[in-house]
Amino acid sequence: MTIDSLISMNNVTLAYDRHPAIHHVSGDFVRGSLTAVIGPNGSGKSTLVKTIVGLIRPVEGRLQIHGINHRDIAYLPQVTNIDDSFPISVEDVVLFGLWRRTGAFCKITRSMCEEASQSLYTVGLEGFEKRAFSSMSAGQRQRVLFARVLVVDSQLILLDEPFNSIDSRTINDLIQLIEHWHYEGRTVIAVLHDYDQVRKYFPESLLLARELIAWGVTKNVLTSANLSRARAMSEAWSDDNLDVCHVGI
Amino acid sequence: MNILYDWLIGPFFDFSFMRRALVACFALSFGSGIIGVFLVLRRMSLIGDTMAHSVLPGVAIGFMVSGISVPAMSLGGFLAGFLVATFSGFICRFTSQKEDASFASLFMISLAFGVLLVSIHGSTVDLMHILFGSILAIDDMSLILMASVASVTLLAQAVIFRGLVVECFDPLFLRALNGYGGFYHVLFLVLVVLNMVSGFQALGTLMAVGLIMLPATTARFWVREVWSLICLTTLIAFISGYVGLVISYQFNLPSGPTIVLIAGMIYLFSLTVGSIDGIFLQLMTRRHFRS
Repeated sequence: MTIDSLISMNNVTLAYDRHPAIHHVSGDFVRGSLTAVIGPNGSGKSTLVKTIVGLIRPVEGRLQIHGINHRDIAYLPQVTNIDDSFPISVEDVVLFGLWRRTGAFCKITRSMCEEASQSLYTVGLEGFEKRAFSSMSAGQRQRVLFARVLVVDSQLILLDEPFNSIDSRTINDLIQLIEHWHYEGRTVIAVLHDYDQVRKYFPESLLLARELIAWGVTKNVLTSANLSRARAMSEAWSDDNLDVCHVGI
Repeated sequence: MNILYDWLIGPFFDFSFMRRALVACFALSFGSGIIGVFLVLRRMSLIGDTMAHSVLPGVAIGFMVSGISVPAMSLGGFLAGFLVATFSGFICRFTSQKEDASFASLFMISLAFGVLLVSIHGSTVDLMHILFGSILAIDDMSLILMASVASVTLLAQAVIFRGLVVECFDPLFLRALNGYGGFYHVLFLVLVVLNMVSGFQALGTLMAVGLIMLPATTARFWVREVWSLICLTTLIAFISGYVGLVISYQFNLPSGPTIVLIAGMIYLFSLTVGSIDGIFLQLMTRRHFRS
């Protein structure tokens, strides 16, 4: 292997809810790279991230992660998957990031709490430890979840739509954090929607539309030709979906 | 003083069936803490209800095989409840039907089948006994069973608490970390069925869930943390049981419904004046905004 690959995919096909979501993707995420995963709605971006985390198995092909255990990945699910009315303190949410060390039974030590406080400080929420997660704004919640990613201290960080419905100041702060992770040599993969953000901050991108449209240096990926091809493909699915529904009935 | 004694304590000194009933309520209350609170937090309140009803055919088959025998009826009930839970989990995993819909369908089948079985093989009295319970006729065997279920539930609560919280709050995160988030869900459902079987001894399959859900929904009007919700739920369940027993004794009312109605009154009271989202409080703050 010539490149220092962290995740290599070989002809990977993924299905979600028994419907094929992504076809025949091959390629490598290089160690230390900062990649944005982009594409129209329903293009399989989240499915790809879930597969890397190990939540979904490929129906065909091989996806390998080199040198990191599945369990050591820092994963931030979409906020819609999180029950934000659940009665839980900010500190507890961050401490979940230490699950590898605490497991279901081990004692939470003072030094673990200090780690949690430290990471809350880093995301700009110093002194918020005892606040209820449910009482916070969407932006603050996302900061808390980034603090949880911080304490995991992983070499591979996966963020699924981290900036949905969040104020611009929070987005700026969190992007700085992502750039810092990149600087530290961690591999970061983020599902994003805002192409301007991607152009500005993400050196590499992967454009999906149920199959790989383009992958590489961002300015070569985000060309109008590629984007319109992705859009055209996404318009074709809506008919597809109807067919699937009819067959289902 | 004497009147107070006669009203509040006397019945329990004078009659062993009242003492047994009180201990039964106490045992149920311990189970209701974790079960009720997590059912509410997981938005499975109504699923708890359907689980309670779905134990009926198992209870009926136990009854057919060995008459009013606690171990046979409980084992049957547990198996039936667990079968319904597993099968509906299976349905929602392999079809597009959601968990609530599959639970609702299976529990109706289960309930109808159960009523049919009891009616064919027993008398109406037996049916009433199974549907509405008989907390005043609890024997040693039932008490031992209920106490065991409470103990198992408390132990299991200590073991799975952290996992259950993470699984409720952020299921994908937990599954990504250890790959078996579903394990907590299954274990929790087993505990739910166990407590429903235990509750059916006292309150019957129709109302077993009353002493589990009502205190849990009530507690949400007063406290915010999971641990305090569990403590308060247990306390409310026990108070409802005690007050319900006293009132049903003094006024010669059926005990099961009285207990559940007391829990219901505490719920309505909390709904009105509760310190979190209580109606009264909301009216007050609205007035505050206006002025």
